[in-house]
Amino acid sequence: MFVASVIIVFCLFLSAEKEAKTNYQMLDSNKDSLKLEAMKRIVAMIARGKNASDLFPAVVKNVACKNIEVKKLVYVYLVRYAEEQQDLALLSISTFQRGLKDPNQLIRASALRVLSSIRVTIIVPIMMLAIKEAASDMSPYVRKTAAHAIPKLYSLDPEQKDQLIEVIEKLLADKTTLVAGSVVMAFEEVCPERIDLIHKNYRKLCNLLIDVEEWGQVVIINMLTRYARTQTFYGSDEDEDEDEEEKEKKAETPAMAKRKPYVMDPDHRLLLRNTKPLLQSRNAAVVMAVAQLYFHLAPKAEVGVIAKALVRLLRSHSEVQYVVLQNVATMTIKRRGMFEPYLKSFYIRSTDPTQIKVLKLEVLTNLANETNISTILREFQTYIKSMDKDFVAATIQAIGRCATNIGEVRDTCLNGLVQLLSNRDELVVAESVVVIKKLLQMQPEKHSDIIKHMAKLTDNIQVPMARASILWLIGEYCEHVPKIAPDVLRKMAKSFTNEEDIVKLQIINLAAKLYLTNSKQTKLLTQYVLNLAKYDQNYDIRDRARFIRQLIVPTEKSGALSKYAKKLFLALKPAPVLESPFKDRDHFQLGSLSHLLNAKAGGYQELPDWPEAAPDPSVRNVEVKDSVRAVGTVTYRDTGALWDLQGPKKKCSFHANVYQPSLYNWALVSMTLHLVLCLQTIAPSSALKNYELLHRITGEGLSVEYCFSRQPFSPDANMVAVQMQFTNNATADTKNLHIEDVKLQSGMRVKEFSEIELLPAGETATAVMGIDFCDSTQAANFQLCTHTRKFFVSIQPPVGELMRPVFLTENEFKKEQGQLMGMNEITEKLTLDMKCRNEHTIVQRVTTAANLSRVPCGSDKECRFAGRTVSSSSLVLVTVATKEEGAAQLTVNCEKMVIGTMLVKDILLALTQ
Amino acid sequence: MIHSLFLVNASGDIFLEKHWKSVVSRSVCDYFFEAQERATEPENVPPVIPTPHHYLISVLRHRIYFVAVIQSEVPPLFVIEFLHRVVDTFQDYFGVCTEAAIKDNVVVVYELLEEMLDNGFPLATESNILKELIKPPTILRTMVNTITGSTNVGEQLPTGQLSVVPWRRTGVKYTNNEAYFDVVEEIDAIIDKSGSTITAEIQGVIDACVKLTGMPDLTLSFMNPRLLDDVSFHPCVRFKRWEAERILSFIPPDGNFRLLSYHVSSQNLVAIPVYVKHNITFREGSSQGRFDLTLGPKQTMGKAVESVLVSSQLPRGVLNANLNPSQGTYTFDPVTKMLSWDVGKINPQKLPSLKGTMSLQAGASKPDENPSINIQFKIQQMAISGCTQAGQTL
Repeated sequence: MFVASVIIVFCLFLSAEKEAKTNYQMLDSNKDSLKLEAMKRIVAMIARGKNASDLFPAVVKNVACKNIEVKKLVYVYLVRYAEEQQDLALLSISTFQRGLKDPNQLIRASALRVLSSIRVTIIVPIMMLAIKEAASDMSPYVRKTAAHAIPKLYSLDPEQKDQLIEVIEKLLADKTTLVAGSVVMAFEEVCPERIDLIHKNYRKLCNLLIDVEEWGQVVIINMLTRYARTQTFYGSDEDEDEDEEEKEKKAETPAMAKRKPYVMDPDHRLLLRNTKPLLQSRNAAVVMAVAQLYFHLAPKAEVGVIAKALVRLLRSHSEVQYVVLQNVATMTIKRRGMFEPYLKSFYIRSTDPTQIKVLKLEVLTNLANETNISTILREFQTYIKSMDKDFVAATIQAIGRCATNIGEVRDTCLNGLVQLLSNRDELVVAESVVVIKKLLQMQPEKHSDIIKHMAKLTDNIQVPMARASILWLIGEYCEHVPKIAPDVLRKMAKSFTNEEDIVKLQIINLAAKLYLTNSKQTKLLTQYVLNLAKYDQNYDIRDRARFIRQLIVPTEKSGALSKYAKKLFLALKPAPVLESPFKDRDHFQLGSLSHLLNAKAGGYQELPDWPEAAPDPSVRNVEVKDSVRAVGTVTYRDTGALWDLQGPKKKCSFHANVYQPSLYNWALVSMTLHLVLCLQTIAPSSALKNYELLHRITGEGLSVEYCFSRQPFSPDANMVAVQMQFTNNATADTKNLHIEDVKLQSGMRVKEFSEIELLPAGETATAVMGIDFCDSTQAANFQLCTHTRKFFVSIQPPVGELMRPVFLTENEFKKEQGQLMGMNEITEKLTLDMKCRNEHTIVQRVTTAANLSRVPCGSDKECRFAGRTVSSSSLVLVTVATKEEGAAQLTVNCEKMVIGTMLVKDILLALTQ
Repeated sequence: MIHSLFLVNASGDIFLEKHWKSVVSRSVCDYFFEAQERATEPENVPPVIPTPHHYLISVLRHRIYFVAVIQSEVPPLFVIEFLHRVVDTFQDYFGVCTEAAIKDNVVVVYELLEEMLDNGFPLATESNILKELIKPPTILRTMVNTITGSTNVGEQLPTGQLSVVPWRRTGVKYTNNEAYFDVVEEIDAIIDKSGSTITAEIQGVIDACVKLTGMPDLTLSFMNPRLLDDVSFHPCVRFKRWEAERILSFIPPDGNFRLLSYHVSSQNLVAIPVYVKHNITFREGSSQGRFDLTLGPKQTMGKAVESVLVSSQLPRGVLNANLNPSQGTYTFDPVTKMLSWDVGKINPQKLPSLKGTMSLQAGASKPDENPSINIQFKIQQMAISGCTQAGQTL
């Protein structure tokens, strides 16, 4: 048997092994269908919670797969496991970086989305840069994605907060509905305390609100509630926190009627007016958000409108009902009148789950007043017959609360409850006893017959809480039932040992109280009970017995306290106040998780109190110029059309050339190392140098800057990508921005950027063009045309921009260097700049001067870099060997001697300055 | 916001998990299972459960618990509403939302969840956009896919996300242009023993199926819009126009959607279209009880009452019921004590009745509760509220 099971386990193990292997093979295959099948299996594994992390290397290299579904599934996998396999995850980064530059906005957005979802700390600078860039993207969809990425980066590295706040500030100024919800969400997660950022955007947010998608609406409304509490002054409701009844009384006095009329702040009014239609939303969360906004902000007369909408939500799923009822329960305590017309909507249906029933009871109890109590009580009577015992118990409690709150019905309720004492169900009886006890405390003298009736119950009722309550009642009011009390004690003494602890404690109390009032009859019984208690197992009971014996039984040693024993035991006790558990919950913002749990949840923002004096409303003023600007200035021109470019782009992608071969070598560990190093170098060099193409003055308002983005130019890998930024400083729109009349040296080629049809005044646009410089530093001359003017401009590249980084191992580097000796090697001696004597700065300066990547090196005296020229792919190798006291030697190996010479000059300059 | 999602079936197994941020161990669900054990009925599991480090917010649909894990303050309704939207989407995609359907389509489910949330914040929840991104599986497509190796993922980019009407996909073309509107009304009433109505309210929805080419702009007007006491709209409906003219003006999404749901308040007297005569008695001392129930139509304007289903929770003391239905079939579950009677259509000439005896536990005293009776029924082509549509224009 044992052997058999071992074999089975072994077989299972084998088959699992085999499956993993086939997945590997399938992922390696050339067929997309096989890859897809493998990815589907892997995703199914992830979904079931199985660990699939060992396939990481095989999966991640498919990140550039052409098949969209494979790609998407790879993304799913990558985001799931990147955190665990940080090093390997870096392999995928360049694909996304390339995606970020894609002309198609949807591809840019999805690249940013995945890139920012990869939780690898080392890429924080890359993410930061990508977010900043995307935040000023032309497409609102990309900007929305940037807003989504902000909380991701913040949770990865909270130290980026200050920079992120800058981005948030920028995005908050965005005027499209697409961005608004997402950026407010980012604001809430990163810097909810920076309420000052909202000022300028408050009115815009209010106006956009209705067109924002529903989830964004919820976030914005909740944030604006808090904002309005701090910023808009609200004078008329000084009596806001007072009880409603008191308010009614006050209204009667003529002095109150003469209150000076209050004019509401127009901004406050704007918010109330713009949120009101959203009460009609199909989304329960939106309705709830508006309801809480009205509850916390609106004047009393206007809050009523939310009742109807909230009652409508009671028709929704039971989970929605649960949350809504909790909030309604809190609201009904303060604003009872609001829900009174809807009383019947809170009637309980037999199909409701118990938790809903109990909450509805709570609401009904809160709504009960002199006028409707009779109908409510009639309802309650039906509920008591329910088969749901928890619900019946809650109903009895509710009756008790109605009775304490409304004096007129106290006797009716009490009678009803007494009738329940003869109910067959013990739980009902027990619950009634507990409630009656509380009620009787209010006026015991009238009800000695009820106490007598309850005394009789001790024979039958078994529920400990109920027994304890009865005993307490008899003890407390033993003077009203002088004959029965000693008898009850006698019975209890008999069954003492079998009682529950709470009952035992009450028996001792009863005995003590009787001893003090009627010691003649009960002296011996009390002694007996105390003796039993003395040897009880529970130390509470033993303690109590000892304490009471000292207090009531006079001995020669007894202290001063025993004189006051009667006062101690039979002091008049105040009647308990039966309160709603929802009282005072409204200091939490309604609709929040904290309110629901009645405890502060993590990240909860307190709802501030109204300010004492009106804050300056002018902070929300926005210069006219800004607000006049159209909302939808962005054209969706580039949508979809460029999707066709996908095909050729993939084929010549630089990824395929460089990564793939080394991947197949499975030199993965060292590979990763390169990437880490290269990432470190890429990050600082990201401070790209901007060159001016067209000055604002010469361009008659149009200014153009360009930089070498150092990203592979996707339509043609032999071209250098030049990113241009057009800014229209003029007052009129610029149209049809395009390139004409390109003059080039032979062999050079230019891929123009697609025409920018419209550049509105004050706006900025970016475009990317590609230039094949043929590995020379000759300038590319062309005309930049607008619909009115033409400007002659030229772009001349620094030699360092004519190359792209490649990744080599130390051995490969040495081997290649060995082949580029003699004429191809140029060496210079130099003295390093004072500030430039550590490795980090050297690396930074070299990579800023030239687009090269770092090659790992065993010695810390040497820094090596490698790259290839963009056009002809000639290898460029750079070595900086440092010696004592800032002396250093720079070696450049390159078969293009011109490039080599120029590069030496540039790097020398960078290192010595 | 939403950290992770776990799908738990009726027997308490986690059969799917998805994380949008760092992975949360599935052991967090233990708190949920505890609460589940404590709750007597499946629907009594509290929707919000606090645990030391997380909060669990769950919804129960189709006997599956959708448990969302969150870490910090978020409006609970936000999460609940979203989870229901997820279920609706699954239902829309797979026809049913069962454990088997989800397991069969686990990849599509995963792709959907990936698109619906970004970092825990809802991204694309409109079914039109999702369908552009991920095509719903059909038998034909599944077959073609297995043969050709093509995919469910849409080839073109989801341009709908960018447009000003995000709920409608672009480039819709039909050879037959058609639009259907279904008005479904539910009446919800509590009726006491003697037959008088305690509360009654009508809830209605207008479900639409619109298959129109291009970007149609529809208007819909009602004969008696005042009847509608409280309405909630699909985001496509223009609020202003409704406020001003009581006309529904909208650019519809493509396909099926819920245009509007409304409420007709109880102030307008509601005539309940069926009545029940009941006589359920238990005699003291005997172990028998009598059961007699008759249904009849009332004010149905000549329309037939169909698909009638009566259910009643009998007192705990009832051991078994021996009943004789004049039509339809009945079942009695001795464990839950649930009696259900599938009546079918009510014939006004021969009223359906259910008569017989119940056997009680011997020696037990007479149960005093009157069981409550739930009746579900359908009437085709009749609106109880009297709401009628006046016209519609393109």
